[in-house]
Amino acid sequence: MEKPKRRLVTVSQVNDYIKRILDNNTALGDIWVRGEISNYKRHSSGHLYITLKDKGGVLKAVMFKSAAAALTFEPEDGMEVIAHGRVSVYEAGGVYQLYIEDMQREGVGRLYEEYEKLKKQLAAEGLFDEPKKTIPRFPRAIGVATATTGAAVKDIINVVTRRYPAAKIIIYPTLVQGAGAKESIKNAIEYFNREQNVDTLIVGRGGGSIEDLWAFNEEIVARAIYASQIPVISAVGHETDFTIADFVADLRAPTPSVAAERAVPDSHELKAGLDVTLTRLESAMGKKIESGRLVLKRFRMRTPKDKIEEYYLRLDGFSKRMEHALAMKTSENKKSLTAAASKLDALSPLKTLTRGYAIPVRGDGSVIRGVADVKSGDEFSLRLRDGARDCIVK
Amino acid sequence: MAKTKTFEEQLTELDGIVKKLEGGGVSLDESLALFEQGVKLTKSCQKILDESEKKVKVLMSEDGEMVEKDFIAQQND
Repeated sequence: MEKPKRRLVTVSQVNDYIKRILDNNTALGDIWVRGEISNYKRHSSGHLYITLKDKGGVLKAVMFKSAAAALTFEPEDGMEVIAHGRVSVYEAGGVYQLYIEDMQREGVGRLYEEYEKLKKQLAAEGLFDEPKKTIPRFPRAIGVATATTGAAVKDIINVVTRRYPAAKIIIYPTLVQGAGAKESIKNAIEYFNREQNVDTLIVGRGGGSIEDLWAFNEEIVARAIYASQIPVISAVGHETDFTIADFVADLRAPTPSVAAERAVPDSHELKAGLDVTLTRLESAMGKKIESGRLVLKRFRMRTPKDKIEEYYLRLDGFSKRMEHALAMKTSENKKSLTAAASKLDALSPLKTLTRGYAIPVRGDGSVIRGVADVKSGDEFSLRLRDGARDCIVK
Repeated sequence: MAKTKTFEEQLTELDGIVKKLEGGGVSLDESLALFEQGVKLTKSCQKILDESEKKVKVLMSEDGEMVEKDFIAQQND
């Protein structure tokens, strides 16, 4: 029997043959391949070596340094990507591989890329810059742009009504994810700015994935927040979530509850402060009345008894009015005589007695002490024991 | 709606009164007037803080306009 004729070729010829087949194939000359990166290696030469894989198998790939320079991200094992290039043969290695010309992230990765891109762009435009508006300390009304379902709106309402029930809350029901969300948020912000019916805006939603929060990374939302005349507090997701809305807003809160806390003061603290104020008023007033009594004591010897009685009565009258205003007892306070004397010119008996029972007083309540203090035509009030009369100096 | 002084304005005025009253150089009559005004403001501010009337509104679209309605939190989620 004759042996069949064998075609004898070299290794190089085989490789070359396959290479020519692949290189002549139009489809393989320009393809986009989706796969997951594995065995990623950046060679010292600057070239990148990747094994793209999917459920069915693997495809070796290389991206030369020049092409890799244009990458907008650092490849990592596990990343989903779309690699664009051509398939050919690397003869020296005896493999076919994808020569990658450009590559982009796919899925969630693509969202991150878009986020970084927009963030850079808006930062360059100055949308994140200081000065931010200060959040009003005592808002009469707060606007809330969020969904009417879910925990966020409830948290905000609970915190505000607990801390500062004086503030009114107006909720603009907003879509916070999915189609129409970015327009909805923009509309809410623009509504409050048009109506000017709130002092502060809280814009946000509860926690979720990057896709869920995506509306707050949209450009039109960022621009609406930037354009807002009303200060905006952003409250998107959880502590670790940062959206572009957070960078543009006048204040970023890690959660809706914290946003509410920052939007209003604490009533309990304010009331405690008011109690202190009342004590200070009472104390200051009490001191003045006591001073009056001390001065009168000092001049008792040199003053007719009935006149002294008169002034004591007057001070008692002040005390009573004070008590009435406070509905509580006045406090006893000691004060130095010198200080008291200088403050109580109006009651100084020596000065007023030369005029008998009357004290001439200017419109601002200060006492006219001598003839040089007034001129012809000046108006004043003559304080008598039982009232006052308007007078004009002749 | 702003015919009365705002809460903030009242607090500011109150602060001024306390300073003036504690400062001295004010006649006794004026002191008493300041004192009475101070107490009045304090009580007014306390009253504002104690307001517990339900003030949570939600906007609903009605004939193309946004109208305020009382908000009732949904229970189901």
